[in-house]
Amino acid sequence: MLAQHLPALQVVIPLLAAPLCALFRRGFIGWLIAVAANWLAFAASIGLLIRVLNEGVISYAMGGWAPPIGIEYRVDLINVFVLLVVSGVGAVIIPFARTGTAARFNDTDQAWFYTMYLLALTGLLGVTITGDAFNIFVFLEISSLASYVMIAMGRDRRALTAAYQYLIMGTVGATFIVIGIGLLWAMTGTLNLADLAQRIPEINDTRPVLAALAFLTVGISLKLALFPLHLWLPNAYAYAPAVTSAFLAGTATKVAIYLFLRFFYTVFGGGGFFSSTPLPEMFLVLSIVAMFAASTVALFQDDVKRMFAYSSVAQIGFITLGISFVTEAGLTAAMTHLFNHAIMKAGIFMLLGGVMFRLASVKLEDMAGIGRKMPFTMGGIVILGLGLIGTPGTSGFISKWWIVLAALEKDQWWLVALILVASLITMLYVGRIVEVAYFREPSAKAASVREAPLAMLIPAYVLVAATIYFGLDTNWSVGLAQQAAADLLAGLY
Amino acid sequence: MMRDTVILRVVVKLLLPAILIFALYVQFHGDYGPGGGFQAGVAAAAAIILYGMVFGIDEARKVVPRSVVNTMIPLGVLIFAGTGVASLLLGENYLDYSPLGSKPVKGQHLGILVVEAGVFITVASTMLAIFYVFGGRADEADEKGGEG
Repeated sequence: MLAQHLPALQVVIPLLAAPLCALFRRGFIGWLIAVAANWLAFAASIGLLIRVLNEGVISYAMGGWAPPIGIEYRVDLINVFVLLVVSGVGAVIIPFARTGTAARFNDTDQAWFYTMYLLALTGLLGVTITGDAFNIFVFLEISSLASYVMIAMGRDRRALTAAYQYLIMGTVGATFIVIGIGLLWAMTGTLNLADLAQRIPEINDTRPVLAALAFLTVGISLKLALFPLHLWLPNAYAYAPAVTSAFLAGTATKVAIYLFLRFFYTVFGGGGFFSSTPLPEMFLVLSIVAMFAASTVALFQDDVKRMFAYSSVAQIGFITLGISFVTEAGLTAAMTHLFNHAIMKAGIFMLLGGVMFRLASVKLEDMAGIGRKMPFTMGGIVILGLGLIGTPGTSGFISKWWIVLAALEKDQWWLVALILVASLITMLYVGRIVEVAYFREPSAKAASVREAPLAMLIPAYVLVAATIYFGLDTNWSVGLAQQAAADLLAGLY
Repeated sequence: MMRDTVILRVVVKLLLPAILIFALYVQFHGDYGPGGGFQAGVAAAAAIILYGMVFGIDEARKVVPRSVVNTMIPLGVLIFAGTGVASLLLGENYLDYSPLGSKPVKGQHLGILVVEAGVFITVASTMLAIFYVFGGRADEADEKGGEG
């Protein structure tokens, strides 16, 4: 019976937990509720994965109203993969959240923080699991509103303007998405994604549908921080609390990428339609510019959190590059990197949270010589940084390998060269941190710091271990991504 | 705020019960026609806000204290989501109200009534919370200044 209701429980568990946190208004109880809810949500994702592997696509009729009239939750390999990433990254981050949050906020604010965290989780899981276009918009707003609050709770006052900036850009994005959905609805009379996928391909050369495509492209690209629509991201990640940065870097942009795949490959009719538009070429160019421009900007940042925020924009470029190939290898690369980057970047922001906790700064100059004072924290950052570069033995290598394979498959040697040069720039900014942290005399601030508390290190090291594990055993990450990519190209849903 | 304007005070006192009754009408009429928890919640909150504007925000806070408001916001969501869990426990899909009553129609009726009650509670209290926060900013700034 429980297995049958897993699609609903996936979203309902964090949704119920959020008001509970707000009712108790105690930091510790709120944290316990958040941990329990997030772990249960992760268990639900695993349960869903097992069911999808055994029985194929799952359809769940909300409220017992049959789709396409009622709201349908539809789970296939593609979104169960993203559900696992979102709930899994959350499940590792939330135990980490206690130390930093308890040190900074009073009891009530802690409870509100966990409420917002759970609402953001609810929204992201909801966007991913639902098979209803308008439901996507509603969940997107839930997650966005909650994440604005989570960003604004940063210790730096600039967090407020960063949250405001994200609010404006995020609202523009959401508005564009809802206009796109509205146009699709006007043309087909349905909001159900599977139903849309049947009706749109027949009319996908009409002007309103193309207008919907344009609105959806811009709206979703804003949410996934595709260059040049990424400007909200660096400040939001840099000034938010560590938990927020880690969680958003690991989940929010990834869910937007899922939305992109879902709309362009499933709803508009498989890979055929996508490659008949100028979109692949546009995405190819924008992805390459993102890889280079954002990496170059990252190179010159003095704030390490900001540096890795820009690095996120560059890494998203790698993912969209994979999407732009419109081949199975390209989509496999995109899905694999979605998974691997979520783990690596969440881990890095968590470890930087540890640095912030001890040093009260993540400025490069303050971090001089910190490698000797916080060996485990910095060691973790170095390993995850090697993953970002794409060193063999880390999961980043697997992603890069597949992207290069996809480029070779298309005989695009110049792209292979560009990918390698972009990785080289990644090496330069990671190298800059290594140089400062290990080869310089400790700064005045760094001289007196200790290693980050275990409660912060252990969760972060789970992600470090995962980065190495998924670099050696790719059965799960690439295996699932490959099947999902095949389904996407075929337009199966 | 407007303690000296007798006419306003009398008129508002006369209007308040009518607004509240109208809110309840909108609330319970929601299953048959236009209306429902959202509109009713706004109307009910509007009554308290009107009271607060004429008699002062402190008087309004005596009627509906902030602690009550802060509890009501999550409580409404919990009632809404909890109704869905009730249908799960009765063996149907989430938010399928049919098993809640002796007949599916009665179950659906009861379910939507409870859900709308949840919506009413959250919407009314959220409106009040916004009013209290903005209306009370000057007081709070004074308090903080006094402490510092």
